[in-house]
Amino acid sequence: MSDNESKESPPIVIANPWERLRAFTDARIGLGRAGISLPTHQLLAFQLAHAQAQDAVHCPLECDALASELTTALSLSQTPIHVHSHAADRAMYLQRPDYGRRLNDDSREKLQQAAESGQRFDLAVVIVDGLSALAVQQNSAPFLTALYRAFEHDQWEWQLAPLTIVEQGRVAIGDEVGALLNADAVLVMIGERPGLSSPDSLGLYMTWAPEVGLKDDRRNCISNVRPAGLKPEEAARRLLLLLVEARQRQLSGVQLKDRSEDNVLEGASGGSPQNFLVAD
Amino acid sequence: MAQTYHTTVGSRRYRFKGLAELMAKATPPRSGDRLAGVIAESAEERVVAQMVLAELPLTTFLNDVLIPYEKDEITRLIIDEHDAAAFAPLKHLTVGDFRNWLLSDHATSDVLAAARPGITPEMAAAVSKLMRNQDLMLVAKKCQVTTAFRNTIGLPGRLSTRLQPNHPTDDVTGIAASILDGLLYGSGDAVIGINPATDNVAQSIKLMRLMDDVIQKYEIPTQSCVLTHVTNTLEAIEQGAPVDLVFQSIGGTEATNRSFGFDLSTLAEAEAAAQTLDRGTVGRNVMYFETGQGSSLSADAHHGLDQQTCESRAYAVARKFNPLLVNTVVGFIGPEYLYDGKEITRAGLEDHFCGKLLGVPMGCDVCYTNHAEADQNDMDNLLTLLGVAGCSFVMGIPGSDDIMLNYQTTSFHDALYARRVLGLKAAPEFEQWLAKMQIFQDVSSYRLNDQLPAAFANSLRHLPKEAARDV
Repeated sequence: MSDNESKESPPIVIANPWERLRAFTDARIGLGRAGISLPTHQLLAFQLAHAQAQDAVHCPLECDALASELTTALSLSQTPIHVHSHAADRAMYLQRPDYGRRLNDDSREKLQQAAESGQRFDLAVVIVDGLSALAVQQNSAPFLTALYRAFEHDQWEWQLAPLTIVEQGRVAIGDEVGALLNADAVLVMIGERPGLSSPDSLGLYMTWAPEVGLKDDRRNCISNVRPAGLKPEEAARRLLLLLVEARQRQLSGVQLKDRSEDNVLEGASGGSPQNFLVAD
Repeated sequence: MAQTYHTTVGSRRYRFKGLAELMAKATPPRSGDRLAGVIAESAEERVVAQMVLAELPLTTFLNDVLIPYEKDEITRLIIDEHDAAAFAPLKHLTVGDFRNWLLSDHATSDVLAAARPGITPEMAAAVSKLMRNQDLMLVAKKCQVTTAFRNTIGLPGRLSTRLQPNHPTDDVTGIAASILDGLLYGSGDAVIGINPATDNVAQSIKLMRLMDDVIQKYEIPTQSCVLTHVTNTLEAIEQGAPVDLVFQSIGGTEATNRSFGFDLSTLAEAEAAAQTLDRGTVGRNVMYFETGQGSSLSADAHHGLDQQTCESRAYAVARKFNPLLVNTVVGFIGPEYLYDGKEITRAGLEDHFCGKLLGVPMGCDVCYTNHAEADQNDMDNLLTLLGVAGCSFVMGIPGSDDIMLNYQTTSFHDALYARRVLGLKAAPEFEQWLAKMQIFQDVSSYRLNDQLPAAFANSLRHLPKEAARDV
């Protein structure tokens, strides 16, 4: 095609004049269009992201590497206890959420032994692969470092149960672990379902008085902990607020949320709370 | 005492212990029913169950309730509000006859609308189990459900979209950028609706104000909604926040809804509170509900019912409170409940059909998660089928990627595809606005403006100078 022709014929792909807004969000805005459809390169970029997210679901957690990383980073006196849910493998995990909520027999015994002394703890921290081992692998050490630091500065002393790492687990498995370890509260750190732009998002779930069979209304959740999302320090700060409130009121879940979470997120766009669409 | 149903096929005798088991075994296969242990044990058993179900009189569902009246306020709602006069023309029919009647030329849009108060969710679920996908689409298209707030949703030949500008940290500039992108692709007539990253009252009010400012400044004939818990929205109303629509996820059993932290009286209170604000201009439908097969099983509150029957019962909850929009979030729950594209597609069509038959303004979040066996092609198929069936609205999100909820739904581009290929239009008030704002150069031929419309070009000048996003 000659220059002359390209000037005369309208472009096949129409770019969006607001494309530069992409600097302010990970959302797939300003993609442009061929007619009203996605341009080829955007179509393929999406397919690649979807392929990567599907792979993240199936990638296994490297438990030993994570355990030694945490032992060093947190100066643990005891290496984390490694346990496994009732779901034998990923295929079973995906189809039987009930299996992912319960420990297998060996794991239950292991935790019973660990709790033989009968000592009570203020909190059990349970790391669970969930739907993204990548999230757990990448975010556990930074988040727990921040959380342990927050505990040190808190008015209360926090007696922590031995750290646990669970394979093929769902959120509710933390309740069984927490109960077996004689903990007043349990924190589950779990890999959330991977998104296209965020295959590495960690979710935090806190339950007061954990026991097998509790429902979601007894849990409080903080989501999207990852480098490009909620930062570990901020997540730790908010979790501690929840924990302190739970300890004072001896409860968690729906009844707790109103008081403990009434903070407004200011977002990440350089501290500009101004909505450019309505600025005059 | 629950009745036992049985029949003989060839040399084999089949027994179904009670209506719940018969309904469950008659259901097209899906992983959630397998998980619940209520699925048919063979393909033959499924069809036999369908044959037995087809012979049941519709009156069975009024006498043999699936969840006891004393134990469940939704059963009470269904039975207490059943309209015998509206049911009179259907009273003599079996479930199989009911399918024929729905497909027949007798069942015009007006006749179907008149019959609604006589049809229970269980009747709708039962007949859907006998219907092929094309039956579900054909009958749903005849069921017209129109609602209104600042525009009119559900008119024939229209397909509306919820603009869903979610952001993982509720960042104002990020959300505003997605809203702009959506508006300039013609999205947002059903609602501009944000799932907040942090679910509390203060955060919700901040997002309500953000959307209200945009709607007011550009005089957009649409409504906003923050998808936070109903009790949070009630508190926001008390604090004077600009609430257009009240949101709540709902299920089809009392125990499901209790696990979500509300009951019917909470919804009644919320509808009344939103009505007092009187913010609608062309109508007074102030509720936005979301549903989805599998939620009752997930909450261990399904009473041994199949997931599609539970879902249909949720529409009894919805229609009680005159919603503007009801959205079945069909693929969000994951492969434990709907395993792959085929199961998601079937469920989407069932939900849309049952909702419309019961008189609910049904839209669909045509979606999937990354751990499901589904992809964009499955979504293209379901979107097209729903467009054919007269679905009230679908989602619109930048590039199909919800960066907060981590799943894929239909994009702004996808909605324009559906409108173009099926000749569907936005809500009339919104369509006029799109033309007035020069977002389309020609609305009737779905041609977008290649240039930035003047009103929005001006706004872009107010962008923060530097992109301070950490990457």
